[in-house]
Amino acid sequence: MSDFKIEGYELKPGFKGMAKDTGSDQTMFKGVHWGKAMMWIFLLSDTFIFSCFLISYMKGRGSTIIDWPNPSEVFGLHVFGVDVPLLLIAIMTFVLITSSGTMALAVKYGYEKNKKMCGWLILATAIGGLTFVGMQAFEWGKLIHEGVRPWENPFGAPQFGSFFFMITGFHGTHVSIGVIFLFIYAYKTFAGHYDEGKRGWFTTMKGDYVEIEILGLYWHFVDLVWVFIFAFFYLW
Amino acid sequence: MSEDFNDNKTIQAQSSEAISGGGSGIGADADYVRPAEVADQDLYHGHSFITKWIFCQDAKVIGVQYFLLATFTGIIGLILSWLMRLQLGFPGLAPFMTAEHYYQFVTMHGMIMVVYFLTALFLGGFGNYLIPLMVGARDMVFPYLNMVSFWSFFVAVGVLLASFFVPGGPTGSGWTLYPPQAILEGTPGSGWGIMLMCISLILFVAGFTMGGLNYLITVLQARTRGMTLMRMPLTVWGIFTATVLAMLAFPALLVGALMMSLDNVLGTSFFMPTILKAGEVLEYGGGSPILFQHLFWFFGHPEVYIVALPAFGIISDLISVHARKNIFGYRMMVWAIVGIGALSFFVWAHHMYVSGMNPWFGFFFATTTLIIAVPTAMKVYNWILTLWRGNIRLNTVMLWCLGFIVTFVNGGITGIFLGNVSVDVPLSDTYFVIAHFHMVMGIAPLMVIMGAVYHWFPLVAGRFLDEKLGKWHFWLTFLGAYSIYFPMHYLGFIGVPRRYFEMYDSPYVTSAVGMNEFISIAAFIVGAAQFILIYNIIKTLKTGKPAGHNPWQACSLEWLTPTVPPEHGNWGDRLPTVHRWAYDYSVPGAKEDFITQTTPPSEVAHTKVEKT
Repeated sequence: MSDFKIEGYELKPGFKGMAKDTGSDQTMFKGVHWGKAMMWIFLLSDTFIFSCFLISYMKGRGSTIIDWPNPSEVFGLHVFGVDVPLLLIAIMTFVLITSSGTMALAVKYGYEKNKKMCGWLILATAIGGLTFVGMQAFEWGKLIHEGVRPWENPFGAPQFGSFFFMITGFHGTHVSIGVIFLFIYAYKTFAGHYDEGKRGWFTTMKGDYVEIEILGLYWHFVDLVWVFIFAFFYLW
Repeated sequence: MSEDFNDNKTIQAQSSEAISGGGSGIGADADYVRPAEVADQDLYHGHSFITKWIFCQDAKVIGVQYFLLATFTGIIGLILSWLMRLQLGFPGLAPFMTAEHYYQFVTMHGMIMVVYFLTALFLGGFGNYLIPLMVGARDMVFPYLNMVSFWSFFVAVGVLLASFFVPGGPTGSGWTLYPPQAILEGTPGSGWGIMLMCISLILFVAGFTMGGLNYLITVLQARTRGMTLMRMPLTVWGIFTATVLAMLAFPALLVGALMMSLDNVLGTSFFMPTILKAGEVLEYGGGSPILFQHLFWFFGHPEVYIVALPAFGIISDLISVHARKNIFGYRMMVWAIVGIGALSFFVWAHHMYVSGMNPWFGFFFATTTLIIAVPTAMKVYNWILTLWRGNIRLNTVMLWCLGFIVTFVNGGITGIFLGNVSVDVPLSDTYFVIAHFHMVMGIAPLMVIMGAVYHWFPLVAGRFLDEKLGKWHFWLTFLGAYSIYFPMHYLGFIGVPRRYFEMYDSPYVTSAVGMNEFISIAAFIVGAAQFILIYNIIKTLKTGKPAGHNPWQACSLEWLTPTVPPEHGNWGDRLPTVHRWAYDYSVPGAKEDFITQTTPPSEVAHTKVEKT
């Protein structure tokens, strides 16, 4: 982005540049698309939502009188006669992080206007997300089968079930919304909507490859949140 | 659909234009404003009635829609307060007022007034109407999202009001919705009522997030040429900072509401401790009611400033225009707004001194609470210093401004009492608290809204509101509000508890009964006086004095549109260029007592105008 220029305005690096941009007219973030700035601020707000969830979880876990179940036992899988702790979660995390990689590549090819690569990579990301949601559904099914409910839990504190289903459910909803948008964007990319600047179905705004980067921001955020949920729920 | 877009060349960016003052002359260099960075906004122009007035993407129409719906909801809140005062002043007079109904009305009155009236009106109403006009944008940056934001609010209000008609009625747990009692049998509306309240709040937060993103990005990324952050009117600063607070505080409410719904519907125990009821242990157990209080007040306290900061901003502009003086200490005012906003996230537990939390916590929160009084007091001094030796027009708008300052100082001072743990503990849950917060975040912001309505009505409707009716409205409201809330401080001192349906034979009765009757009568009159405004609006919409361009001789951009009222796109074919701040009033040497933001420096080179 070093060749980015604004007519009549000298861009400076570092904190000096930041102060100068803040004090300037028209825009605070020079050259940043409106939608991209919006997504960053939305994600900041969303961060507060997940923080509230995770802090509530810590408080709930810290104050229950019944013992918290051992996550490596509860989330273990029995494969080929061996108990492997956290196997499914490890695969889920791997898939989700990989999908972040394909998303980043999709953004790159999008800006290069390589429609085909970009579309396939978005599709790959969507399938990664779908796999994640599918495995999460499997995990929910397994726990429900073993008797874990939002209101009760045979392994220990009932709050375990409550927080687990609520937080992973809320995160899973985020992933599912992302997957829906990924499929739509894959279609739009293949159909060439971003090349010709076709107007959106609802928003009536002209399409642009920057939209892929905006969705990418959301997708990376959802992955990052998963890392925190993984750390606090499965590893603690 | 392509015919809905105005693609002709007249609405294009002025990016090729480099020097606005022409090639020659001394002024040309001073008048230089660098070209536009981004292309002009491309807007969807609706043609049918539905796209122009109902599902409209024009921020101005959305602002009016927000204003009308919030006012409608506010009138319901007002009627509920009448019913409460009827019971408190004259117990037994209205046979339908049972204790259950009383608690339901307390709850709905509180929630409606704080969230669905004041927040929606300041941010949704004034924010939508004024931000694009004041920063020189054609519209909000995401008009479609903005439209969805209003309709989410509409559905949220619908769900909220639907709770009056479900089995058990609306929730009666107080506007703070504290568990466990909010969802336990015995509290009115413990099943459906609280459920609908939570759903409505979640919808409100979702809708508000869409609107809030619009306000923030419009201010940050869509200002016109020459409009720096430090040239924006304080109204925009107030609404902007309040929106930042809302974006960070509403998540806590969302999470709290969601967890409470799960406790209610699925039987989880996030907030529910082990409970014995009539000798039986309930299914709940192991949860923490204090957790809800923390979540709620992490939202609840910034919420106070979400209402107050736009009021601070708007009042600064009104005072400056009608005292014909620049706002005293503009930069200090901006930093005070930002500072109050930042500090407001560190004071929430002063609402919880009696919740049983660690006393050291109270010490910390008392300290931060008293620190927040510093920037607030700075603002009050600056308003007074703006008035000092100003050329004051004592019209209705100015009356509301003066009323605001008095009321706000009054409510602010009682806030310092309540911020101290040792004073708060005996006073908490008495009428002193009711008096305090109604003064500081009920009546004071309401006065700002009224002042703002009288000030900006000529812009929205092109006609002045009637001054005589306006003065009646002001004096009845101002004196009446003091008649209501001043005696309540005394009621609090003698220990009358709040949220009591009736005093029965308690020793308070003798000294409180007469006062309660007096307060109730005053409340009926003040409530009725608000309908003067509605009559005034309806009357002057058709027959009022035409306002014309810039009727108050204001400097800020919203008055400088080519048409009054402004059309969709606001600025015709040419965006304004800004050369100064919004407060160049009574500049020595100038021809008139105001220099608009768009006046180029070369035109006023002979005056003593400062570079801003």
